[in-house]
Parts: sequence; structure tokens; C-alpha cells
Amino acid sequence: MVDPFITSFTIFVLAVFVGYHVVWNVTPALHTPLMAVTNAISGLIIVGALLQVVDINGQSITLTSVLGAVGIFLASINIFGGFMVTQRMLEMFKKKR
Amino acid sequence: MQNISAILYLIAAVLFVLALKGLSSPVTARRGNLFGVIGMVIAIGTTFLIMDKPVLALIGAAMAAGALIGAYKARTVEMTGMPELVAAMHSLVGLSAVLIAIASIFHTGLTHSADQKVELFIGAFIGAITFTASVIAYGKLSGKFGSKSVVFNGQHLLNLLMAIVMVGFGVAYFVADSHAAFLAMVAVALVLGVTLIIPIGGADMPVVVSMLNSYSGWAAAGIGFTLNNPVLIIGGACVGSSGAILSYIMCKAMNRSIISVLLGGFGSDAGGAAAGPSGPKNYRSGSAEDAAFLMANADSVIIVPGYGLAVSRAQHALQEFATMLTEKGVNVRYAIHPVAGRMPGHMNVLLAEADVPYEQVLEMEEINSDFANTDVVLVIGANDVVNPAAQKDKSSSIYGMPILEAYKARTVIIVKRSMSTGYAGLDNDLFYMDKSMMVFGDAKKVVEDLVKAADH
Repeated sequence: MVDPFITSFTIFVLAVFVGYHVVWNVTPALHTPLMAVTNAISGLIIVGALLQVVDINGQSITLTSVLGAVGIFLASINIFGGFMVTQRMLEMFKKKR
Repeated sequence: MQNISAILYLIAAVLFVLALKGLSSPVTARRGNLFGVIGMVIAIGTTFLIMDKPVLALIGAAMAAGALIGAYKARTVEMTGMPELVAAMHSLVGLSAVLIAIASIFHTGLTHSADQKVELFIGAFIGAITFTASVIAYGKLSGKFGSKSVVFNGQHLLNLLMAIVMVGFGVAYFVADSHAAFLAMVAVALVLGVTLIIPIGGADMPVVVSMLNSYSGWAAAGIGFTLNNPVLIIGGACVGSSGAILSYIMCKAMNRSIISVLLGGFGSDAGGAAAGPSGPKNYRSGSAEDAAFLMANADSVIIVPGYGLAVSRAQHALQEFATMLTEKGVNVRYAIHPVAGRMPGHMNVLLAEADVPYEQVLEMEEINSDFANTDVVLVIGANDVVNPAAQKDKSSSIYGMPILEAYKARTVIIVKRSMSTGYAGLDNDLFYMDKSMMVFGDAKKVVEDLVKAADH
């Protein structure tokens, strides 16, 4: 049985490679939208926050769940704000006339 | 269920990669953004599938509140304020990483393996540094803290000592499983975020924003490791490498090494003494009418916009003028230096907002060879990025920096408030060339006069 860390690390290294090659192909004109959309994607951290907001031994309000909920709140700002502001910018890059 | 969720996470991760891939062209970018949204919905939905007894009321309330604030900000932010918004968002990712790590430490239903302890430590300290560093970056960008760099003796030694103390607390947590040590480690990391970023100022801010973009990605990936969550690892890794690439591009465009940016000091008053002993030099100045006449009778015009243009909100008027020239049969294009704005690609967005067609907006490498065949170059709100000293004067502090070769054109018109120097504190020989003409005044006022003059 492979240590789960090794599996995660494999995924991580390959993802860095994929990110590296995909991002070099982004046109410089869209570097600001790129940063905005990566903001939204880092909002994925909401997944980690969600996993904390669970019933622990029959208690729904614990230090863990409250901290997790604050994390959800912050990450949601990124997700909604990031995707929406990216969309707003990309609309400006539509072909004119 | 485990297998289904793993497949769904994989689909979400592929969609995120497609979202980034879409940005290779303005045509495919909007579809890419949609992929990103779908990926996010799948990732969140899948997480609900694997959660054991989620507290839905708490989750729903937190998400709704975040959505409201995020949507409001996205709708109302001015395009000139994008760097601040982006910096603020980096800080949120950093803070959530810290909160998740602490929540996980205090999770009474869990015991952490040795691996997970190390991962929690890494995720928390990167998150903490990202959080406070981004708050400072936000303050500098929005002008709330002043953009000057703060340098003092022993600064780097102090940072090193704090880093060692931080790792020490991390080891204490690892060995003794002490919550207090973990919190102390986070506290030191929070301070370190501040002290790492205060020496960096002024013109280096685009690098800092890109770098923090990268950190926020690594922080997310770190949390992904702790939770063994593949989609979080993949998303975080992509964001991390994206920010790293942007930092590299910005450094190269400014001829700075990432090390010298991080050590800081640039943008403090240290560079002021380099102005040089040269006496008064001759330059030619003209009116907006003269400039409009020259451009209206040219075959080709290249506009070099700098951030000064955006500061005086002259983009819309400038595009009006460009359209008038185009209608007179002049070939008008815009040339963008990578550091023309306050973050990567910023000037492109500002021009797109002013309805400039993106086909007319060219990057430095695409247009540099065309300057020699161009009748008139209009430099507006830019200075260092057209300074020929970068190519000709080996003693200059900006020697080696890639520039827009405006000096090769037949005529150069420079719109500026006065003869004062730019960010680098250097005089610009372009202003004193025989073929150059200065038009003094506020960019917006001058451009409005250009429009009036071209009207008849």
C-alpha cells in the first residue's frame, strides 16, 4: 500500500507541470483576467473548510465548525467575486462592431 | 461512493485546467470561465457527497454571505482598482487556509498522522504569510499605508530569526502535539508576512501581487495535502505555478531578479541621487493642435500608453481620438509594455474597457520591429519603458531592461505634465531628440484638445 502522501505528491508535481505549460500559453493581454480567475480557483479551499463544518459527537456548534464556517465565508467571496469579475473583464474583450 | 467522488473531483480538476487554457485567446476565454464555474460547482457538490453529517444551516449562511459580498465587489470595482481587489482576495485565501488548519487541529474527532502534522504546519504558515503580506500589499496598492518601501538595519537577519523561531514552534507541535505551539507558530508567521513585504515598494508592486497570487495557490495546495483532497491539490498547484510565471514575466520586464525584488529597497529614496550632473538640455515643445496635425497627416501612428493615462482617466477620450485618426485613413495601433499598468495585463483591461478593439493592442515583442517604419509615436503617461538608455547607456540603472523602441520612429510626441523623471528617477534622452516634441499638460486635457483639433 502506497503512503497517501506519495499519491498526493505525485498528483501535485504533475499538476504543477500542467499549470506551468497551460499558463505559458495564456496571452499577455489576458494576464489580469488570469489573476482574477486564479483567485476564484484558489477559492477551492472552500472544500477544506466545508469538511470542518460537521456534527462532531452530536454537537453542531464547535470551535472547529465555526472556524470552518468563517473559512467558507471567506472562500465564497473569492469564488463568486473571482468568477464574476473575470466574466466582467472578458466581456470587455468581445470583438467590437 | 469514494470512487464516484474521486471521478467527480477529477472532472472538476480537468475543467479548471480548461478554464486556464481558454485564456490563450480572448475568443475562447469566456467559455473557459464557464468551465471554471462548472468545475467549482462539481467540486463543492462532490464534497457534500463525502461529508459526514454536515451542518447545513451554518454552511448555507456562510456561503450566502460570502456570495453577496463577492458579487457586490465584482460588480462595483473600478478597473483601475483591480490590483487592490486581487490582493484582497489573496489575503482571504491565506486566512481561510489558517482557519482550516486551526479548525483541523482542534477537531476532537480526529487524530493526525505524522505526515498530516507536517502538512498542516506547511499549509498554515504559507497561509498566514499570504494573509498578512496580502493585507500590506492591499494597503500599499490602495495608498492607505503609503507605497514607499520600509528598510531598516538587520531587517533580513530579523526575518531569518523569525523563520527559525517559526519552524521551532512547528517542531514543538510535531513532537508534543501542543496546540499552543501550533498557534504560536501561526502568530510568528503572521508577523513574518508583514516584515517580508514592507521593504518592497513602488514599481515592484506588480511582482509582489503576482508572487502573492502564487503563495495563495501553494497555501490551498498545502491544505489539499492535509485532507488528501486531489482537486484542491491540483487547483492550488495550477494557481501556484501561474503566479510564479507571472512574477517571472514581471521581473524580466523590469530587468530585476526576483531576489533583489524580495530584498526590497527599490522605490525608496535611494535611487534619487542618480539624476546625473548634466546641465540644462534643449527640448522642443508644442501644442495639442500641432500634435493632432502631425498625427492626422501621418500614415501610421503607434500609441504608447502608461499608467499616467489611466490615472487621469483619459482612455476613453484617447480612443475617440484614435477612431478619428482611423477614419482619416491613419493606421493606429497601441503598444503595451508588460509593466504599463500596476499588475500583469492591467493596461490591456483598461484599454478594453475604453472600447479599444484588442486586435489594435500589441505586446512589446509583436510591435517593436515596427517602430522604425512608423511616422508618429504618441507616448502618453509613460516614461521609463521608452527610455533608450536601457539599450544604449551601460552605466544606467535600467540598462538591459526591455523597452518599447519608440526612439526609432520618425517623430515622437510625448505627453507629460513636466520634465520630471519616472519611477526609476532617471532622465530620458528620448525627450531631447531632434525628432521629439513635448506636449505639456494633464493627459486628459491634452487628449481632449487633440480630439477638438482633429475634429476640423
